[in-house]
Amino acid sequence: MGAQPLMRIENLVKHFHVRLGAFGERAATVHALDDISFEILEGETLSLVGESGCGKSTTGFTLLNLHRATEGKVIYQGKNIVELDEKAMRPYRRQLQIVFQDPYSTLNPRMTVGEAVGEPILFHKLATKAELKDRIATLLADVGLPPRFASRYPHELSGGQRQRVAIARALACQPKFIVCDEAISALDVSVQAQIINLFLDLQQKYGLTYLFIAHDLAVVRHISDRVGVMYLGRLAELATREELFEHPLHPYTKALLSAVPEADPAHERSRKRQILQGDVPSPLSPPSGCRFHTRCPIAMEVCGKIVPDWREARPGHMVACHAVTEGLPG
Amino acid sequence: MMMANDIRPEPTPKTRERLLDVKGLTIEIETRNGPATIVDGIDLHVDKGETLGIVGESGCGKSLTMLSMMRLLPNKIRVTKGEANFAGRDLQKMSNSDLRKVRGGEVGFIFQDPMTSLNPVMRIGQQLAEPLIYHRGMSKAEARKRSGELLKLVGIPGAEDRLDAYPHELSGGMRQRVMIAIGLACNPQLLIADEPTTALDVTIQAQIVDLVKDLRDKLGMSVVWITHDLALIAGLVDRINVLYAGTVVEDAPVDALFANPSHPYTQGLLASIPKLTDERSTRLSSIGGTPPEPGRRPTGCPFAPRCPLAESICHERVPSLEGVSQGGAHRVACFVAQRKLEAA
Repeated sequence: MGAQPLMRIENLVKHFHVRLGAFGERAATVHALDDISFEILEGETLSLVGESGCGKSTTGFTLLNLHRATEGKVIYQGKNIVELDEKAMRPYRRQLQIVFQDPYSTLNPRMTVGEAVGEPILFHKLATKAELKDRIATLLADVGLPPRFASRYPHELSGGQRQRVAIARALACQPKFIVCDEAISALDVSVQAQIINLFLDLQQKYGLTYLFIAHDLAVVRHISDRVGVMYLGRLAELATREELFEHPLHPYTKALLSAVPEADPAHERSRKRQILQGDVPSPLSPPSGCRFHTRCPIAMEVCGKIVPDWREARPGHMVACHAVTEGLPG
Repeated sequence: MMMANDIRPEPTPKTRERLLDVKGLTIEIETRNGPATIVDGIDLHVDKGETLGIVGESGCGKSLTMLSMMRLLPNKIRVTKGEANFAGRDLQKMSNSDLRKVRGGEVGFIFQDPMTSLNPVMRIGQQLAEPLIYHRGMSKAEARKRSGELLKLVGIPGAEDRLDAYPHELSGGMRQRVMIAIGLACNPQLLIADEPTTALDVTIQAQIVDLVKDLRDKLGMSVVWITHDLALIAGLVDRINVLYAGTVVEDAPVDALFANPSHPYTQGLLASIPKLTDERSTRLSSIGGTPPEPGRRPTGCPFAPRCPLAESICHERVPSLEGVSQGGAHRVACFVAQRKLEAA
């Protein structure tokens, strides 16, 4: 692809301190993100997949400095943005946007669509009051809504239309980068396809870079350039979409892919799934060594003791697995 | 009329026994502007030993139909017409005490969210024992023993030790297994699973689908699996009913539905699932617009306003479900699809 990195994430760590017990008498640490390093290339769609609690949303939040990173760096335009305070962060906020899963809880119910979309424009002084109305109409057109929607309230809209408004609001800032945090997960299948198409169109039109956080692998396979697989706060594997779906290396990736149903009855009836036993362990006390070793079908002794290195196993194909590193079948 | 080449021969229908037979069921909701129809004269049936998938988007009435059969509808929503026969008895006319024997006894339920369906202050062993004591008249000790067996059946490790756990001590996947165990406690003839995996991760979802498949084969019960995910049930069900705006728009054996979807809505749904073979970033085909709200149902075919093939008749009259393949096992409610067949 030869694209330049837009953002470089180096050894990012995020711990949350929580209090447990009926009276909060026990302090504990949630190891939400542990030593994550990757790059996001300009103009690409990088997806993060994994099961609930694996840290994919925390990654999105932390690299936008919405959660304070515990350790590590996020380099954007030569600056480590995770150490900036709110004021110094402001110019970057405009360029780095986020779209959430539930547009109903992110849109202010007392603001019209026009006000919601216009607010960031005025805040960042991207248009004068006189130009505002036209600008809002253009943005609504970009997301496929007629201009008359500007005077409507969120409750008058369907889920798909609300998500279009949330996207228009992100676009209003003329961003370079958008984190899509489960942005299509709450939508019905037929509407989901509309919003995926919208994301693809906007990317082409404005050269946007996406970090796409999702758990639906069929969708991820459809829209991504590269895909990262996370497990319990760590990256297990990261590769181009073709590499990852056709030559998965990490045993967790393989299990995850084998669990995805295909719309093909004969294939579904005959396929032998590789079903993982048990559940994801608690991030309060993650397993030692490789965090997947408690459920891994090919775990070795070393896996419970030493954290596997994050290494390039094939060109551009990163993986953290002792078995892969040793060239064992896996 | 049934001579077209593209019609594949259906296997001769076995003489099957109807377990559940819903006829002309209409459900209305009380709104500020008067009653609005949510489910419009729905017909559906499940044979003994059959697994039926009910597919549709949110608000299409798939859950309400199943809840209404058991007379579990919330206030302001009620059945105004139709009947629901289970093993030859009309559930709508049955006395409350008879119906209680059916609920949780002959018909088991699994709901989407086990955290809200399980009692948070009751140990799971007690919750499992409840239907056994109530429906089967077991003693506490017998029920506890059977509860342990049920937990083992649904694959909970250390089953007997888990009987004294509270729901919050279990993970989402384990809680759903407990729900399944409760649903199966009295060896139901019919298990109704309402989006039981929607809240679960994909690897756990696969575990649950496989578990229900195993248990069904082992126990020989009928299953109704309600979902919005066509791919998920592809390998699980025998037959699929596609619901749109409170009506069945297509009823077909699972293979026929995927190979030869006949209703434009089914075609649209299938086309909007990303395929393995797609190039990256090819536009997905999508269905424009959104489903009608209750109270704003169009006259004529409910899908007509979004349908790429709609003709004037579609906006005027409601199509009925008619057979489009030999034996009538594949049925569709669409004027255009039905006419295509007649012309062929």
